[in-house]
Amino acid sequence: MTERPSVPFAVLHPYRRPEPRPFRLRLRLIHGVGIAGAVALIGGAAFAQGGTSTRSAFEVILQWSPLLLSGFLFNITISVLAMLLGTIAGIALGLVLIGHNPVTRWTGWVFTQFFRNSPWLVLLFFAMFLIPYEFRVAGTTIPFPDWIKAVIGFSLPVMANVAELVRGAVRSLPSGQWEAAESLAFSRRQTLWMIILPQCVKRMLPPWMNLYSLVTMATVQASIVGVTEMLTLTSQVHAAEGGRPDLLAPLYGFAMLCFFLYCYPIERFTLYLERRFKV
Amino acid sequence: MDAIAEWFRTLYDTTGINITVVYDAYDRQRFIEGLGMTIMLSVVTIFTSLVIGVAGAWAQSSPLRLLRFAINGFVTVFRNTPPLVQIFFFYFGLGQILPRVEDADGMRVPLIDNVEWAIISLSLFAGAFNVEIFRSGIEAVPRTTVEAAESLGYTRLGIYRHVVLPLALRVCLPALSNNLVNLVKTTTLAYAIAVPELLYVSKQIWTDSQNVPVMMLILLATYTVLVGILVFIMHRWERALAIPGYGQGAGR
Repeated sequence: MTERPSVPFAVLHPYRRPEPRPFRLRLRLIHGVGIAGAVALIGGAAFAQGGTSTRSAFEVILQWSPLLLSGFLFNITISVLAMLLGTIAGIALGLVLIGHNPVTRWTGWVFTQFFRNSPWLVLLFFAMFLIPYEFRVAGTTIPFPDWIKAVIGFSLPVMANVAELVRGAVRSLPSGQWEAAESLAFSRRQTLWMIILPQCVKRMLPPWMNLYSLVTMATVQASIVGVTEMLTLTSQVHAAEGGRPDLLAPLYGFAMLCFFLYCYPIERFTLYLERRFKV
Repeated sequence: MDAIAEWFRTLYDTTGINITVVYDAYDRQRFIEGLGMTIMLSVVTIFTSLVIGVAGAWAQSSPLRLLRFAINGFVTVFRNTPPLVQIFFFYFGLGQILPRVEDADGMRVPLIDNVEWAIISLSLFAGAFNVEIFRSGIEAVPRTTVEAAESLGYTRLGIYRHVVLPLALRVCLPALSNNLVNLVKTTTLAYAIAVPELLYVSKQIWTDSQNVPVMMLILLATYTVLVGILVFIMHRWERALAIPGYGQGAGR
């Protein structure tokens, strides 16, 4: 590795970037203390109020956790599907944004800004109310349940954000890349697919993962428009336990904990990628 | 004014495009009140979240380990949990535990009502992001500048107020305006705890008047205008603050 005896001075070696540390989610003692503290807080908040005859919040959550976690899994499913759909549509829209045709480019820009600057919840309402609940194609009815409409509703802002990411990443590449490709007789499409976009992936990955984390956290909004996901189940569990007011804080705390345990590693990994890809 | 209202009424009769918020006095009143509530929520939460951001970023450089740890924990938790669950946690969870007080009419009302809970939880949510944004700005201030201020006899607070913060602000303004735009969009979540803001009143209007698509487009357009105004203000601020070498608008 360091066998370079011919040049004695360290300064004369060519600069080599230090190897980035490999990503590991180091669970230190402090994390354990934090999570244990959260659990104790959730359990204890109700225990202080509950008295002796009622069950503690911890027991309630433990009993219902399979149901609540299945709801959480549904949230994850919605987020993954919305991200998939939004990314595909967003890349297409992003390619329109960097295109040469001024009319489509301008329309695409208006489209992007519109969906980027509207609140997610309003877009969700938009999808819920304006998409029919079933489609009739050549005699057969294709049902369109609420949660698929929610997926579409979430993929709209994802689409606009991904389009902006694509545009930004392509713009950030030096124009020399385009010129070099042109002088090698690549067509515009070839340049885009074989030269420009592969380089953009690296730049787009950290913000894209950030966006995914945002989508995951936004999926709970689907409960407002009537999709049965984790928050809906949480309030149902609360009702099933007799509507004790002291149970609400632990139950919602449990939902927060689930999302935290899912989103925190994603955040750390995004930070790691950002540091690693930094030029 | 009447002529405009009359025109929209004929528009409805002839084309079926029903924009009740223009010609119906009751709907107009509701819509304006909702708009006012959204603007109030936005302005108050922007202000308090900025205060949280500035104070939190300062506390992060504190010599007290416990304080730093607490701020980091706050930022991490609030960044990685859904804002809607935060609002529910505060409003339903903590709101139920707090005692009720008697108001002027002798009614038992919650100590903190839904509008106040919305303000608190939205401020904390956006404040957590602001702490992170200000921290990144502070890290961009050269160490030598801080040392120069130290050698001039500034106190720690003095350095932060007069040297570090003004420079950091210029670096992080673009990220800050992004976050504040996001905050304005997040105020719609107050809908879930029945705060009568724009989305809430719009839903009432489209339920009453049966004009869902039209009302939704008006709603989206209103939010686009609101966000546009905020972006415009932030741009003006960015340009007014610009000094060469700091931030995006530097020297241009």
